[in-house]
Amino acid sequence: MSEKMAAPQPVNAERRLILKSLTFAGVAGFGLTGGGVWSAFADDAPTWPHDAFKQKNLDAALKALYGKGFEASDKIALDVPEIAENGAVVPVSITASLPGVTSLAILIPVNPFTLAAYYKVPAGTDAAVSCRLKMAKTSKVIAVAEAGGKLYGASKDVKVTLGGCGG
Amino acid sequence: MPNTIRVRAVANGDTVEVQSLIQHPMDSGFVKDKKGNLIPPHYIEVVTFEHAGKVVFSAFWGPAVSKDPYIKFSFKGGKKGDPLKISWVDNEGQKDSLDGKIL
Repeated sequence: MSEKMAAPQPVNAERRLILKSLTFAGVAGFGLTGGGVWSAFADDAPTWPHDAFKQKNLDAALKALYGKGFEASDKIALDVPEIAENGAVVPVSITASLPGVTSLAILIPVNPFTLAAYYKVPAGTDAAVSCRLKMAKTSKVIAVAEAGGKLYGASKDVKVTLGGCGG
Repeated sequence: MPNTIRVRAVANGDTVEVQSLIQHPMDSGFVKDKKGNLIPPHYIEVVTFEHAGKVVFSAFWGPAVSKDPYIKFSFKGGKKGDPLKISWVDNEGQKDSLDGKIL
């Protein structure tokens, strides 16, 4: 391994320096820094995003889930009925025609909690999902997809004739 | 206790289309019963799909997902006869899982 790293000398001097310092950090055990970096990348644990599901408006939910807003994109196809007769069961499908999608989310701003569903998409899985959601009343439905660290989204109106969240 | 999960996973070439139905009340916490008391929230939080030990899809749900949830997705790399495990856990810590097979 050391031979491989030593081979391309002048060009990769800077990179080697970084590698070296990283190794050093690992060996010396910079506990705090190491821990911080690790937790930032250890997002594979199937933990429920508690904060995001408690938010009551779109901006807050997106911020809690992704830490950023989305840009509108025609690569996100959102398939919802124009009129939903029963707000308790509204079929929603999203397909993101983007490379490298890592997650999908569906948000419904009129519901008591904005975030309805969030899906993690590992490599090898299609960036598409269908499910059925409740809607309190007529609203926009917003679908977002995260790809390459950016957030893309699309929204559509669904007219609800019978609400699905109250008694 | 009968299993709450039903799944149909069909291989078509390299792609496997998975459809699953789970029996669960998915109570939102905003609905009242006949006596006018609020039914406490009770909903599935996480559903995990594993193909041969590797997670191929995970769903994180809030109370806005409909009763007896339905989900459909597709992944690549599966073939007929492969195992597909589905498991869920809800906000009360109840859980269930099913070892299915790709058709």
